[in-house]
Amino acid sequence: MMFAITPHVRRKQRHETIAKWVFFGMAASMIVPLVLIIGYLVERAWPSLSLGFLIDVPARGMKEGGVWPALVGTIYLVVLSLAVSAPVGVLAAVYLNEYARDNWFNRIINLAVINLAGVPSIVHALFGLGAFVYAARFGYSIISASLTLAIMTLPVIIASTREALASVPRTFREACWNVGATRWQTIKAVVLPNSISGILTGIILQVSRAAGETAPIMFTGAVFFKAVQKGDFFPYRLHEQCMALSMHLYTLSTQVPGVKESVPFATAVLLLGAVILVNATAIILRGYLRARKKW
Amino acid sequence: MTCTPTIAVRDLRLAYGQKEAIRGISFEILRNEIFGIIGPAQSGKTSLLHCLNRTIDFTPEARVSGSIRVDGEDVRQTRNIFALRRKIGMVAPLPVGLPLSIYDNVAFAPRCAGMRRRSELEAIVEQCLRQAALWDEVKDRLDSLGTKLSGGQQQRLTIARALSHQPEILCLDEFSIAIDPVTTMRIEDVLKELRRSMTIILVTNLTQQARRLADRTLFLWKGRIVELDHTDIIFSGKPANRQTYEYVNGIFG
Amino acid sequence: MNTPPTSRPAEESFAVRKATRPAWDVLSERALEILIYLCGISAIVFVLGIFFFVFKEALPILGNSHFSLTQFLFSDQWYPTSELNKRYGVFAMIAGTFSVTALAMLIAVPFGLGAAIYISEFCGGRTKETLKVVIELLAAIPSVVWGFIGLTVMSRLIVNYTGAPVGVNILNGGIILALMSVPIIVSIGEDALKAVPDSYREAGLALGATRWQLVRRVLLPAAKTGLLAAVLLGVGRGVGETMAVLMATGHAVHIPHGIFDSVRTLTANIAAELGEAPANSDHYRVLFLTGVLLFALTFIVNLAADLVVRGIRRR
Repeated sequence: MMFAITPHVRRKQRHETIAKWVFFGMAASMIVPLVLIIGYLVERAWPSLSLGFLIDVPARGMKEGGVWPALVGTIYLVVLSLAVSAPVGVLAAVYLNEYARDNWFNRIINLAVINLAGVPSIVHALFGLGAFVYAARFGYSIISASLTLAIMTLPVIIASTREALASVPRTFREACWNVGATRWQTIKAVVLPNSISGILTGIILQVSRAAGETAPIMFTGAVFFKAVQKGDFFPYRLHEQCMALSMHLYTLSTQVPGVKESVPFATAVLLLGAVILVNATAIILRGYLRARKKW
Repeated sequence: MTCTPTIAVRDLRLAYGQKEAIRGISFEILRNEIFGIIGPAQSGKTSLLHCLNRTIDFTPEARVSGSIRVDGEDVRQTRNIFALRRKIGMVAPLPVGLPLSIYDNVAFAPRCAGMRRRSELEAIVEQCLRQAALWDEVKDRLDSLGTKLSGGQQQRLTIARALSHQPEILCLDEFSIAIDPVTTMRIEDVLKELRRSMTIILVTNLTQQARRLADRTLFLWKGRIVELDHTDIIFSGKPANRQTYEYVNGIFG
Repeated sequence: MNTPPTSRPAEESFAVRKATRPAWDVLSERALEILIYLCGISAIVFVLGIFFFVFKEALPILGNSHFSLTQFLFSDQWYPTSELNKRYGVFAMIAGTFSVTALAMLIAVPFGLGAAIYISEFCGGRTKETLKVVIELLAAIPSVVWGFIGLTVMSRLIVNYTGAPVGVNILNGGIILALMSVPIIVSIGEDALKAVPDSYREAGLALGATRWQLVRRVLLPAAKTGLLAAVLLGVGRGVGETMAVLMATGHAVHIPHGIFDSVRTLTANIAAELGEAPANSDHYRVLFLTGVLLFALTFIVNLAADLVVRGIRRR
């Protein structure tokens, strides 16, 4: 009878089961509402969801119609901002991970990156307004808005790139240094090719962040409405203001009275869909490249 | 055998923060000898090699004093650190195949040095792989990844890479700890072949390996030289120092 | 000095040693390394730049005789556009920010940590991967979409189930903000639990402890500081969040008395009024000063979180 189940053991097992289900419930309560909410949004948006919604321009004072100008504007902002923040961020991460020694100066840089990541988006907006719109005289424009977004996404790109670089074992670097390779030769031959998947994933994830941000572009370059031809792929100049999906959603749901109910829902679903698509791409890419890992 | 020193170490000291790894050692290594360094773990063997090719620079908390001269030039004041490292081939304890093709693994160092011509590179790759006794096993798959080779093959690939920049000095740091005895013997044969063209520093904690290969052997313990003499004398049963006798005969260590 | 015996012709054996890199190769590498360095220090430049430009726009108001810093921080009177009696007190907004953030943390911390514990200790393999993907998606949903959800879905639910007169209030903002903060808390919390050595778990299980006993007696104490960092980062996110609270908390500038009161946060106040404040007016400058305040607040919170995280890594 050595392994008989005593009341004490039974109580332990019962606690175990309870704990497991409580924690499961907590995890599930994060997810179930998400699924319900997305389902609800899609249901309300359904009457407006069609290809026409994507390529039509807003009609009757934005009360009806599609989101084409906002969609194109968002693409402009995302592409331009990442064109700035991705190279700067990746190179900054290369500096911090591969070149920087552990001294007070580089500790301050690290602190700055962490701090930059924590700056509220509305403070970025104030900065963009003060620095780009006024001081640099870019005015309210796509350039100002993209640069503001770029600075906002920069610290996250730095952090994700650093993580990717750090995942390359140090022994590889030492092997290269031992045969007389310079730091950059080492980085080019061994470090970057083996961390590119992580770097790309980090950048792709910032696409969805840049597309969804509203506050930083609201006062630097995004505008409520701009007349654009249906299906025009290049409706904006860089020194002009543009519409953006996130801003459009905010405007439709708070500023414009009498909007057809499904239109803002469809805009929200579109934003959500774009974000999910981008994240799914990143996750698939990560899985694919992880499977091809070289060591 | 010539008797000119190729490496001269003078009063070398090294500390990692508060912890002293090398406490003032001086010795010379002669041209074209196999110089064995034996000693228990933590005795400063690997640190010594890091000082020699200045990869110690990558350990931020390390502080070095004293001098190491290679062919008369002090490595701590050398202008071209990359040329210095190319002069010294280094084989680490664990085999490291770079995540490149076998060909690129060996061609990497010549390319970094500025060699661009394909024919030259191919000649060097073949020569080094042959010297490392790996050519016959990989000549048909030079495009496959170096990291996918077996442990023993990777260690020979590492040696081929260390030879690829045509060093004058080859340092092997406990090269046999991760490979089987048969491969070890093959590499030892390779080393006997190589000593005709270069100086070899063999760091090992297998005392018998030093006995088989080395001309002279240095016994390092806790960052100090216990004894340095011809290998025959070290292993003769009556070395100058009692500790040496005890260590090589497995009484302590 | 004798030449060393060699099996190869001397000139061939030193082909590599004689090779030199072309000048353009060396120079372009040097140029690139300078560029890398410049990018490396860019983060400092941007942080200082943010502080400089935001502070620069705010600075003139500090010298203005109508303005007092005490009033700014401790008065709940906010009449920026009044003709006769301009008042710039953001205390109500500070109270709004803290009440919404506090409620969000009250919801998000137990649920987030519970989810972190479940992911880290109770499930494995496929479930774990799926949960992490979902959490990642949760983190990626734009704040304006969260705000929209608060405005449409959540406010209706709140009115229906609690009978509150308006649906956009602290409760709404708190729930939305909680959902937004959970991913951060889960991922940092999971990291903290992962940092507890497996030997602790094995030792515990070998002694016959159940997983729950293990969590309660071993893991939670060991991961304490990491979990604190998770909470701090959640607070940082809550204080800084703009669009979601702008849309979900209503717009009343007053000190709240219950969770069904509408409030306005510091961030929402800037977002709502910056568009209407003429450039270089006092109103405009006070909004920038609010930005400085937010910058300082989040700086302190994030710094604290970083110090805590660093403490863990060192161990």
